[in-house]
Amino acid sequence: MPLPLRPVLRCFALSTLFVAMLGQTTLADDAASRGIEVATRSDSSDNGFGDTETELKMVLTNAAGESTTRELRITTLERANEDIGDRSLVIFDRPRDIKGTALLSHSKILEPDDQWLFLPALKRTKRISSANKSGPFVGSEFAFEDITGQELNKYEYKWLREEPCGEFTCDVLERIPRYENSGYTRQEAWYDQTHYQVRKIDYYDRKSALLKTQTFNDYRLYDGKFWRAHEFAVVNHQTGKGTKLLFGDYKFGVGLHDKDFVKSVLARQR
Amino acid sequence: MKPFFDRLDAFAVGLAEFVIKWRYATIAVSVILSVLMATNAANLTIGSNYRIFFSKENPELTAFETFQATYTKNDNFLFVIKPANDEAFAADTLAAVEELTAEAWKIPFSIRVDSITNFQSTRAIEDDLIVEDLVKNGGELDAATRAEKQQIALDEPIIRDQLLTRAADVTAINVVLQYPEQSMTEVPSAVAAARELRAQILEKYPDITINLTGVSMLNNAFAESGQGDMTSLVPLMYLVVLVVAVIALRSVFWVIGTLVVITTSVMVAMGAGGLMGVALTPISFSAPTVIMTLAVADSIHILISWRSALRSGMEKIPGLIEAIRVNFLAITITSLTTIVGFLALNFSDSPPFWHLGNISAVGIFAAWFFSLTLLPALVSFFPAKVKVAQDGDRRAMLRLADWVIAKRRVLLVTMIGASAALIAFIPTIQFNDQWVKYFDERIEFRTDSDQAAEHFGLYPIEFSVPSGEPGGVSNPEFLQRLEAFTSWLRDQPGVAHVYSLADIMKRLNKNMHADDPDWFRIPDDRELSAQYLLLYELSLPFGLDLNDRINIDKSATRVTVTMNNLTTSQTKEFLADANAYIAANFPEDQRAKPTSAQVMFTYITDRNVQNMILGTTIAIIAISMIMVVALQSVSLGALSLVPNALPILTTFGIWAVMVGEVGFSVATVASISLGIIVDDTVHFLTKYQRARRERGYTPEDAIRYAFDTVGIALIVNTVILVLGFLVLTFSSFKLNVDMGMMTLIAIILALVLDFLLLPALLLIGRADEQPQTTNPEPQAA
Repeated sequence: MPLPLRPVLRCFALSTLFVAMLGQTTLADDAASRGIEVATRSDSSDNGFGDTETELKMVLTNAAGESTTRELRITTLERANEDIGDRSLVIFDRPRDIKGTALLSHSKILEPDDQWLFLPALKRTKRISSANKSGPFVGSEFAFEDITGQELNKYEYKWLREEPCGEFTCDVLERIPRYENSGYTRQEAWYDQTHYQVRKIDYYDRKSALLKTQTFNDYRLYDGKFWRAHEFAVVNHQTGKGTKLLFGDYKFGVGLHDKDFVKSVLARQR
Repeated sequence: MKPFFDRLDAFAVGLAEFVIKWRYATIAVSVILSVLMATNAANLTIGSNYRIFFSKENPELTAFETFQATYTKNDNFLFVIKPANDEAFAADTLAAVEELTAEAWKIPFSIRVDSITNFQSTRAIEDDLIVEDLVKNGGELDAATRAEKQQIALDEPIIRDQLLTRAADVTAINVVLQYPEQSMTEVPSAVAAARELRAQILEKYPDITINLTGVSMLNNAFAESGQGDMTSLVPLMYLVVLVVAVIALRSVFWVIGTLVVITTSVMVAMGAGGLMGVALTPISFSAPTVIMTLAVADSIHILISWRSALRSGMEKIPGLIEAIRVNFLAITITSLTTIVGFLALNFSDSPPFWHLGNISAVGIFAAWFFSLTLLPALVSFFPAKVKVAQDGDRRAMLRLADWVIAKRRVLLVTMIGASAALIAFIPTIQFNDQWVKYFDERIEFRTDSDQAAEHFGLYPIEFSVPSGEPGGVSNPEFLQRLEAFTSWLRDQPGVAHVYSLADIMKRLNKNMHADDPDWFRIPDDRELSAQYLLLYELSLPFGLDLNDRINIDKSATRVTVTMNNLTTSQTKEFLADANAYIAANFPEDQRAKPTSAQVMFTYITDRNVQNMILGTTIAIIAISMIMVVALQSVSLGALSLVPNALPILTTFGIWAVMVGEVGFSVATVASISLGIIVDDTVHFLTKYQRARRERGYTPEDAIRYAFDTVGIALIVNTVILVLGFLVLTFSSFKLNVDMGMMTLIAIILALVLDFLLLPALLLIGRADEQPQTTNPEPQAA
């Protein structure tokens, strides 16, 4: 298996090629390299977190102003290689009728994630075989990938502009999904220049209309180096529905390994 | 009494002298005023949403808004695709459907697209739940695979009868849209994109036909119908006015004067509409036609009187002043009563009728004002020559008067008898508000919808069925009740399709048991259902989720019933049956109420009739009081109720016999036509009263005097009104056609009853006349 080129390197190589071919650097190249630079810097700021565990509360609201809550736990295992996605395990605690249901996910970069769901009522684990899992996660306004984190290589980047965002200054990047079947044509993401964290994402749908806005709030620092947002809020501009994710404290270094993220462990979750 | 009329006369003369003396200023002020007002017409918007037919307080609307806030909006496009070879699963057709499906996501404001190709079919292979598009790259599939897919589609209750006919010869693509509702260009831009897409697909796949319908096309049709009417009816109305004015006035200059008055009146009225922030609908688009009809009458009355004055030898300017004097009271009262009739439309439950009423009221006021100011100022510049008097018409009127007086008893009995006989048919009128049928075949929406309706139901009725508790949609007892309700619905006459969560749950249960058909039933365990749903939701792609089927705390689910072409009364029967079924089979906390645009239109006539009964009653009282003051007689005012109310009631009777079916505009006909038809009574009775009081005539002679002085004018007036409302019947919008036709009938009946019944009523209790008839002196009308 050939060693994958590191993205920065690849990008550098590409731009060099372009410079060589055209004999000049175009603005587009500048925007692309600056974009990937910002995204990589953000991604790297999280490198080496190992594994985490947290509880979270999901609050759904609709246009009629009604709301409802779901509760779940997420454990995540970092995969150092940027071309292999992280692994995660989601266990549902509430509502009661899905308590103990566990979702194992091996996220991929350009192919559909591998996912298995353990159904305690059926006492069976089912593989979710669907090419397109970008639909809403348990009725919320989040897609699954919006919650478990962002894989660097899922997108092509373009730096758009710099602008203030709250107390920080942000780089605004355009992100174009590289994987098939995405529900989005593009995203705009705000990365702060101080801690390199994503503060806000605008999602644009297939007709390039603004679909939803996700904000990342209440960032807290763990171990002096890892930032975690403790509130994700998303508003669907088209339907008026919204979802908030309220995270509890993260535990780092729980001591999880690949073997804790295989299909056979699902049935053992409580 | 005399001082009252004298003071009015003095005022009218003073006004006329003033505007003629300051005629340049009058013209300048009038023109500047109307142009300034007209600039406000820029604020007029064009309504492109059926919801504007319902007031914010309408209970069916508020129920539906809540429903839509819980799930998603119901605006949609329905592309109905009919291949020439009658095979929806032919490779070419599938390719067309697939392409249209993919492209439809790009229509502005679309949030969901459902078709036979992107239907998420589910199946099980060992422990995998496979969820995928039913058809992918359909153009390249072999015949056997396509036949297999077709069978899956035909077996699937969510597709069959909704996206695919049972014969698999016609298929549909449904596009759901969610408009931000911030700009009036939203619907037209989405419609333009949908039409463009249709054209694009048709060009690439010439062997299919595509009909385009749905709520968004309906909304767009309102705008297109209104604008179409505006560009065809208004010029037609100008032509009618021109012809009538030329025949009645026989003077180019006077015709010009009349056209100026009606044009400025319409300008002021539409400007006022802009100030009120009106969103125009086909109904309020008819305001210019209505205003022109009513405005032209004022001018013609004054100009005909002027001609009479000139014929009797008066000079130009004194004759003009005299024409204003003799018409001032009648024009004022008739304008006032008409305004009252139109303002009463504010009692309607439908804002478009408020707009029609208010714009028309302003226009009628403007016409009254300009007829008494701008018109005399303008025509005073023109030469005034008249031919020698011809008295043939007037002798005919006197002969009619004699005949009516002689035959009064027979007339009394036949008129009242005939009216009563027709009125007896009123209860047989059927209300029908099928919104597709609001439009005639000139509107593309109507023809496309008619063709689409041959294959699919077009009228959705929604039920949000509550389970009584969060997560309760997974409760087996609830799901079984839902399943029974779903089957019951499918057995009802007129039901084309039912979309229910029960079908999805049964299918998932089967999938979870290795596709064993024995498991095609509601899971008997709540946890199981909840977890199936979770698994299924995790498998669905962007845009095709269940969020529009289940509410957020999973306490309620939506059942969508699509109905075939049903009349309003058939729909009412269905709704009553459904409510009875729900009451009998669901516990109290799980009872759904039907809602949807179809439900709203089903009750729109009832709501409007209820509200307009109050509105019309108030208008009748107000108009009767105006009559009492104008006639300076309580008894005549009371008597006038008969010739005012009878034509309207009789009109409904005639409609019941001749047509039998009517939309909700019927509710407003009474108050509009009341305001107009009292004019005849006003003219007739003011002259009668003048003759009795000022000249001391006997009732019989006073009747002859009334016939003589206003008979011709009333006929001319009626002809103008009838022609004006006839123009309205050329509208492409059925509510306008009904309203125009009914008002027209009421106006004709009013004249007939004023001529044939009113004299008989005035003479009740009087002995027959002695033969020594005295002819009243001819008098300028």
